[in-house]
Amino acid sequence: MPSSRTGLPAPRLSARDAAAEAVAGIVQRPGRAVLTMLGTVLGVGAFVGVLGLTATGAGQISHQFTVLQQTTVTVEDNGPANNVAPPSTNPPIGFPANADTVASHITGVVAAGVWWPVSLPDGTKFTGSLALSASSSQTITLLAASPGAVRALGLKLVAGSPLTTYENNTSQHVAMIDTGTAAQLGISPARLASQPAIFVGGLPYTVVGIYSSAQRIVTGESAMLIPEHTALADFGNPLPGIGNQDEAQMVIATRIGAAKAVARQIAAAELPSDPARLAVTSPPNPQNLQSEVKSDLAGLFLILALITLLIGAVGIANTTLVAVLERTAEIGLRRAVGARPRHIAAQFLAESTALGTLGGLIGTCIGVGTVVIFALAKDWTAVLNPAYTLPAPLIGSAVGFLAGAYPALRAARTSPLAALRSA
Amino acid sequence: MPPVIELRGLARTYPGPPPVPALRPANLVIEAGDYVAVTGPSGSGKSTLVHLLGLLDAPTGGSYLLDGLDTATLGDRDRSALRGRRIGLVFQAFHLLPYRTALENVLLAGLYNSTPRSERIPAAVDALRSVGLGHRLDAVPTTLSGGECQRVAIARALVNRPSLLLCDEPTGNLDSGNAATLMELLDRLNETGFTVVVITHDAAVASHARGTIAISDGIISERTGAAHA
Repeated sequence: MPSSRTGLPAPRLSARDAAAEAVAGIVQRPGRAVLTMLGTVLGVGAFVGVLGLTATGAGQISHQFTVLQQTTVTVEDNGPANNVAPPSTNPPIGFPANADTVASHITGVVAAGVWWPVSLPDGTKFTGSLALSASSSQTITLLAASPGAVRALGLKLVAGSPLTTYENNTSQHVAMIDTGTAAQLGISPARLASQPAIFVGGLPYTVVGIYSSAQRIVTGESAMLIPEHTALADFGNPLPGIGNQDEAQMVIATRIGAAKAVARQIAAAELPSDPARLAVTSPPNPQNLQSEVKSDLAGLFLILALITLLIGAVGIANTTLVAVLERTAEIGLRRAVGARPRHIAAQFLAESTALGTLGGLIGTCIGVGTVVIFALAKDWTAVLNPAYTLPAPLIGSAVGFLAGAYPALRAARTSPLAALRSA
Repeated sequence: MPPVIELRGLARTYPGPPPVPALRPANLVIEAGDYVAVTGPSGSGKSTLVHLLGLLDAPTGGSYLLDGLDTATLGDRDRSALRGRRIGLVFQAFHLLPYRTALENVLLAGLYNSTPRSERIPAAVDALRSVGLGHRLDAVPTTLSGGECQRVAIARALVNRPSLLLCDEPTGNLDSGNAATLMELLDRLNETGFTVVVITHDAAVASHARGTIAISDGIISERTGAAHA
């Protein structure tokens, strides 16, 4: 575009030249540039990291829920309203004798059964034999479990067979143990055919099955399961009442999506005369939980990230303003060689925007790295939404641009005369 | 061909209070190819005249014709365009960018005046060679002597082949030896066709010019010395 009056082309600063000047301005003070960027780096890094970690955590939670919690209903025996049991004895358990069968008639139930932790006197020893030298352990949890409960636990057998209805009905002294307990007591799965026994306070239980892992209740702890009726005969009724740790419970494995429906029906089906005695717990809605995690945690951290970004913006604004004051001579010189105020503004704006963008890029890398390393350490799957991860560096650009606006304006308004005199 | 500079009652009064008439209405003509020294003591109005001639400041009265064009009627865009193409400014303090090489400092003069990128580097190298610094293209100002710095500044001023080479106390920061070398350079540039105006308070420097204009208390006196033939 030629100048109308002078016959000269109008002064211009191409985008390429402006970018080159901005980069030159940044690299000539690398230390200062890094410090200036720090706020943006931290802000954008926190932004990407928080969103990534929240998504990763929520993904993990939802995964667990869909597989297990989402198919588990728990019913607890709260005890009779008027306890008429004689002192120092417990009332009969709230579940009927045919509780497993009743539950299995409800649509959606895969397996269901009654269980409770057996309360043992202090100092009760678990030993592999009656010999004095036998290895013993006191860290084993003894659980009474109906055949249905054993199925609902989702045990992975490595040897033998699960507790059967026959063994339950006839109160047999049989038991199932996990591989950890087996190793502790010196019982190898290969020896199962020779019918090894475990003595609990002197009472023998023949080990009929060894399992390596469980999906419900006994996940990750050493446990010994004995039939429900055997436990009633040997150790009496469990103490009812939610929260005392020993109350009889029912564990129900349901089909996916059926847990809510099962939870609504189970109490009335099991105990039509007093359904209120049974407290039913159904899984929380995973969607609700995810959004709770998101809104509570992420909201807090995002505010933190925003504050960091704000500090980053102030940092860039401050440094750019100092640079403007420091480079007044340069501004005057540029005006003297034909730069217009807008070119001066563009240069400082380009510098601050480039700084912000660079900070945003580094911050995004740090954020992504944090999420990936965290997920690796937890053995989780890193979840990073490209919709906010990829444009994250642009947040830095925006911060840099906005932060540079006022200093750039100041630079543009600097009189070339004052600028040239200053040096 | 119109004169490079024609002042018609050009005046500049700094608003007060009290108002300071830094330059009283002045008439002056400097023809193309001329070599003029403007002399005067501190506070005489030399700098005001440089800023007006360099289009860095606007007059409060009269008119200034550069190459026959009345600059008083021009807007910022046109004045910037003239600064970028027709005027080469040399300052006492050099005003080199400290972190840029000699070549990059000279390249700055082509940044805003629409010179194509491909032409800028050869022109800048030529300009540096013409001031005897062809071997120091990549030197940064901190490694250059004062005389070399001022020669880089002159290369930057002449790279666009301006109508007017306007030097404000160019030897003010140089020792006598470097000052002499620099003045010889200006002499040579004038011989190759540049119109040179040197503002100085140094009589030795002024003696290089063909004509001298004295300025005192904002009043420009008659020119002494022959006008350009």
